[in-house]
Amino acid sequence: MPETGRSATRMGHLVTRADFAGAILDSSIHVSFRTRTDSEAPVTTARRELLTTVLSAGAAAMTPPITSAETGRDHDHDHDHDHSHQKLPSDPALRVKSLESLLVEKGLVDAAALDAVVEAYEHRIGPRNGARVIGRAWADPAYRRRLLTDATAAIAELGFSGSQGEHMVAVENTSQVHNLVVCTLCSCYPFPVLGLPPVWYKSPAYRARAVIDPRGVLRELGLELPEEVEIRVWDSTAEIRYLVVPERPPGTEHLSEEELAARVTRDSMIGVAKVA
Amino acid sequence: MNGIHDLGGMQDMGTIPYEKTEPVFHERWEGRIFALNRATGAWRKWNLDASRFQRELIPPAEYLRMSYYERWVEGLVGLLVKMGLVAQEEITSGKPSPGTAKLVPPLTPDKVWPLLARGAPANRDVASEPRFQAGQPVRARNIHPEGHTRLPRYARGKAGMIVRDHGVFVYPDTNALFQGEQPRHLYSVRFSAQELWGPQASAQDSVYLDMWESYLEPA
Repeated sequence: MPETGRSATRMGHLVTRADFAGAILDSSIHVSFRTRTDSEAPVTTARRELLTTVLSAGAAAMTPPITSAETGRDHDHDHDHDHSHQKLPSDPALRVKSLESLLVEKGLVDAAALDAVVEAYEHRIGPRNGARVIGRAWADPAYRRRLLTDATAAIAELGFSGSQGEHMVAVENTSQVHNLVVCTLCSCYPFPVLGLPPVWYKSPAYRARAVIDPRGVLRELGLELPEEVEIRVWDSTAEIRYLVVPERPPGTEHLSEEELAARVTRDSMIGVAKVA
Repeated sequence: MNGIHDLGGMQDMGTIPYEKTEPVFHERWEGRIFALNRATGAWRKWNLDASRFQRELIPPAEYLRMSYYERWVEGLVGLLVKMGLVAQEEITSGKPSPGTAKLVPPLTPDKVWPLLARGAPANRDVASEPRFQAGQPVRARNIHPEGHTRLPRYARGKAGMIVRDHGVFVYPDTNALFQGEQPRHLYSVRFSAQELWGPQASAQDSVYLDMWESYLEPA
């Protein structure tokens, strides 16, 4: 019997545990996922059987299929199953190429629009935006107050707004308080001020550790904080997006707003670094 | 769902893969899948919560093996097929099924920047009496929804304090399953590090989570 995960990928069928939710949606059995304030839905026999069935189906199929090249183990051809070795490319580049071509051909997406999205995040939206916000907050105490009161509006004053920054909150670092931002559940991040998140921010290592061992995380990334400093970790569990206002470094009193902004790093606005 | 994506508090995930200066997209395909996600989302066959849930459904071993954008490929293909925009055979073959009409994409290049700049606010103008007030002690409920939730396991059953009422927001637990937005009050809730992680944790530190009213009960 082929081991779970390599077995039922018949004809490259992209069955995942998506079937779980799909089955629930389609099912005539009324299974509710709502959290309830009164008694929870009883797990009836019918419901348990349904969940078991779809979870097993989803777990048994995996995509893309693991080739022997990837596992380094011989693929046993002696067992009887009908999967083909040449259905889906496991290389994501090939998958995406194939997917894009299909979607363009079906008229579901416009290729030039795809180009525009990529261009926006490669060149137009990035941490220089957030640095300008911080530079202004350092230079202008009234702006700083507006930023801490209504960050979305204050950030919009500089022309930055929109997707994944609709509900901004700015949190300021002081000598007593240090803020750190994470999204343990996925990768939520304030795009309009910081652009797209770096790989390390989205990594299981950061997501797992930032909430339980923020000091260890900061130490690993090169920042040691005194024990008496209070660390506040903001787990971005909803659509609220957090921008850390780092402490202004000493000896910068003479600098212009632009010069100040030039000193602000992306890492300092996430909270894993200070501004030198 | 008590899935692998709910990583907060795990201790064996290795070193943080920090890269001093990294490109926005490490490979061309990453930018393309990012853009494909946006462009297909414009058909409004699903919502943001459903797209997050779709990735959460990736089996755990695969989820951890995959790179970030590989999960996006997996999630998007699943949604396209599930919501009927693309047939499974078309994914496999890479070609439209014979006889299917070509459509007109809603996201055209001129609409991209306005879409990004406008975003999609998640708050809703719904009159709803808040159950909790700033300064009030609360406890995160010990609930384990099997669908999508934004209540991490590490906070369930823990005692915290309401810091702020953010207002009324779309509720992901129902929205992800197409059971309606069902907006309700969203609060910033502070938990002390020691409450979450025990006496080994710092006495000074705290974790702030944004939590919907149904995640909470009075303490």
